[in-house]
Amino acid sequence: MRKVAIISYGLTKVDKHWNKSLRELFGEAAKKALNEIEIPSIDAIIVGNMCASDLSDQNNIGSILADYIGAIPTTAYRVESACGSGGAALLSGFTSVASGMFDIVMVGGVEKLTDGIGKETTYSLGKAADAEYELFYGSSFVSLNALMMNRYMHVYKTPREAFADFAVLMHKNGAKNPYAQLPFEISRETVLNSETIADPIKLYDCAPVGDGAAVVILCPLEDAPKYSDTFVEICGISGATDTINVSSREDLLSLKSTVTAGMKAYKMAKMSPADIDVAEIHDTFTIMAALSLEDLGFAEKGKFDKMMNEGTFEPGGIVSVNPSGGLKSRGHPVGATGIYQAAEISMQLMERADKMQVPNAEVGLIQNIGGSGSNTYVAIMRRCR
Amino acid sequence: MPIVSYKEKLVNSLKPVIDVVISGWGSYIPIYRISVEEIARIWGKSPKHFREELLIDEKAVAGLDEDVATISVESAKNAIQRAGLNPKQLGAVFVGTESKPYAVKPTGTIVAEAIGATPRILSADFEFACKAGTECLQCCVALVGSGMINYGLAIGADTAQGAPSDPLEYSAGCGGTALIVGRKTHEKEPVALLEGSVSYVTDTPDFWRRPKRDYPSHAEAFTGEPAYFNHVISATKLLMEELSLKPSDFQYVVFHQPNGKFPLKAAKLLGFKKEQVEPGLLVPYIGNLYAGSSLTGLSAILDIARPGDRVLLTSFGSGAGSDSFSFVVQDGIISKRDRAPKVMDYIKRKRNIDYALYCKFRRKIVF
Amino acid sequence: MSVPRYWREIPQRTRLEGQKCGCCGTVNYPPRARCLKCGSTSLEQYRLPEKGSLISFTIVRNPPLGFERNAPYALGLIELEDGTRITAQITDVELDDLRIGMPVESVFRKVSEDGDAGIIRYAIKFRPTFCNP
Repeated sequence: MRKVAIISYGLTKVDKHWNKSLRELFGEAAKKALNEIEIPSIDAIIVGNMCASDLSDQNNIGSILADYIGAIPTTAYRVESACGSGGAALLSGFTSVASGMFDIVMVGGVEKLTDGIGKETTYSLGKAADAEYELFYGSSFVSLNALMMNRYMHVYKTPREAFADFAVLMHKNGAKNPYAQLPFEISRETVLNSETIADPIKLYDCAPVGDGAAVVILCPLEDAPKYSDTFVEICGISGATDTINVSSREDLLSLKSTVTAGMKAYKMAKMSPADIDVAEIHDTFTIMAALSLEDLGFAEKGKFDKMMNEGTFEPGGIVSVNPSGGLKSRGHPVGATGIYQAAEISMQLMERADKMQVPNAEVGLIQNIGGSGSNTYVAIMRRCR
Repeated sequence: MPIVSYKEKLVNSLKPVIDVVISGWGSYIPIYRISVEEIARIWGKSPKHFREELLIDEKAVAGLDEDVATISVESAKNAIQRAGLNPKQLGAVFVGTESKPYAVKPTGTIVAEAIGATPRILSADFEFACKAGTECLQCCVALVGSGMINYGLAIGADTAQGAPSDPLEYSAGCGGTALIVGRKTHEKEPVALLEGSVSYVTDTPDFWRRPKRDYPSHAEAFTGEPAYFNHVISATKLLMEELSLKPSDFQYVVFHQPNGKFPLKAAKLLGFKKEQVEPGLLVPYIGNLYAGSSLTGLSAILDIARPGDRVLLTSFGSGAGSDSFSFVVQDGIISKRDRAPKVMDYIKRKRNIDYALYCKFRRKIVF
Repeated sequence: MSVPRYWREIPQRTRLEGQKCGCCGTVNYPPRARCLKCGSTSLEQYRLPEKGSLISFTIVRNPPLGFERNAPYALGLIELEDGTRITAQITDVELDDLRIGMPVESVFRKVSEDGDAGIIRYAIKFRPTFCNP
């Protein structure tokens, strides 16, 4: 198996891009990624997207985008894993380069959530859950996460403020991110006084709805110096599943898919949580952040609030978590999020993160979840000199 | 004066060829209540007439997620629990109602599937205003009594709507009861033996609803003498005559309860005492359950009756007609009684709501 | 929701019919092709218990499409008497009275409908256990 590098990235600002279509957004990100480097060709295009079929009346995304960026006859296809589509695309792209099948692969993600109106968009996003045994009963996606949050607070007696403080940290980081959808600081009170969506989840516990596209270019590590001065190696990557239904999970307060994908990625990279300097994790809701951090090994079970109080996750802390502002502040263009994470960690390891830069970032981790925890992708990247 | 012609006695009381017993019974009443005061408040009326003359304090209101199918299923499950049956032993599931969830699609099949009685089952919905429940009972008795089936499930349930500000708005309640009947010879723990019944029916248009209307219409005072009293009294008199019984032979008597006044008046006219009627008089607490009314009164009696008690049940359905039955309580009632919640358990489980929530639950708010 | 999709799952959603693994005894609900725990295909029909306790709940205040009339309503995670867990709405309860640990029992209720022309969809919900006869 060949080693794989990311040689370039391109991302759009996450926003409600009323005047940009799915294709245009992707085109913008792809052009940025291609401008940085000189490559002979693109051998494959793999794209993550969740909602285009519902909201933009568009399937066959691979063809649409290959056409739009002038890349035909390159093979192109979509992978879908709900909000983990980006992670799935990255895993797919990695596999195709590592196996020797393709040399230069464009891996991207794009989402146009604002092509739907309010409830149409949340209905489409809801399809990440079990249509027959969760959605049938009127669960919204938020409510399934609320069930986990309520249980977590009941078992670990975590104060509500700990979750609010995570949202505050995300905004503090995101305020420095030129690509962020909500680049402004907030206070604990903003979170706690915001509207209740599904008890106990409030508006400011939730990632916003927005559009965006991100692209990374992969190639064999040994070829990377040919195409770019700066590159990073993906030294560990994996994906894992857990039950689709929240109710069927062995442990309601552990995302087994994150634990498993994490373990496999750490093993492949020959690393442990202690080696990670910077991480972009999947905080669709503040409860997901708590569970993710614990299941990735950055905090003991139930100790999320303690670690928050100790500043463990601040920029420059034991592990700098979501210097981009995470899903909460940078935004969550669903199918693209995993690629945003890959691009942001690449930025950190290439020392091109500007105001967001975490000093001495040698090893980074991304964690991208599909559904309410039914599917997780974890990748570990290391700086290359 | 009730029009009863003794010379019209061309048939004997309806007695099945095979002796039929009640094997199980069960009811369901929703948790929500709205008081007559609360309804009167909205329309600027005094609740006095309803409380003191019609003897209605409050009525049961179906929640947003309830309808005749859901009420029937819980009633049926309680009856099956008491009867100690495997649902597959049922040969028929009939639902009598005037508030069907579907105008065309039987509630009976929804119930039969939910209780696990399908597919070898006879099923249909019956309509005869408030006597649809006892219609189902008659047909189950006939199927069992002819040897065609072993057990029949008869349900009377309604979520009837009263037109806003109409007097019937104060009494139109929600709830239902299921009875399971079987062959006396098959039943180890019979609850009550059916001695016989009479059905008395005429074309009397006292209360009706045309297809495109949401609410029924009625002929006000005409619903009294020519309708309710004529049929209830005629059917009951004919039954007692044909079985050679008199009022004092009965421990309990249950009449259809559109309000508290009518059953007490009918009882008096027939020579029954107030004490025989009161234990089964539920309308003050839950309103008129329409097709579930008289059957639920019977259910409340079965919750307290002792072996050897004789119980009279006379329903009334507008349009119009009455079914009158005589039951003698058997030993099996003792062991079966506590297997399921009683009518009083459901009556005590209550939460009062205001008119706004009532409108939301009864879907009077247009989206 | 299409009529066939509703109709197919009536036994699972209204009679709580699941499977029990003949090999390891794990209850699989919803049903599967192979056991969740051991992968065995010897799965026998099994009826879930009707009582349990509430292990988590939330109140849906922003309902998804089709549930607008019903807000606010409670959604719960219930652990049944045999240890199986299930997601369902909680009904007949004052929302302020919801507590983790509350004993609950299953009831057959309406869940949704397709306007006033489409079909009505029924399923099991849970309510606070009110009577233990």
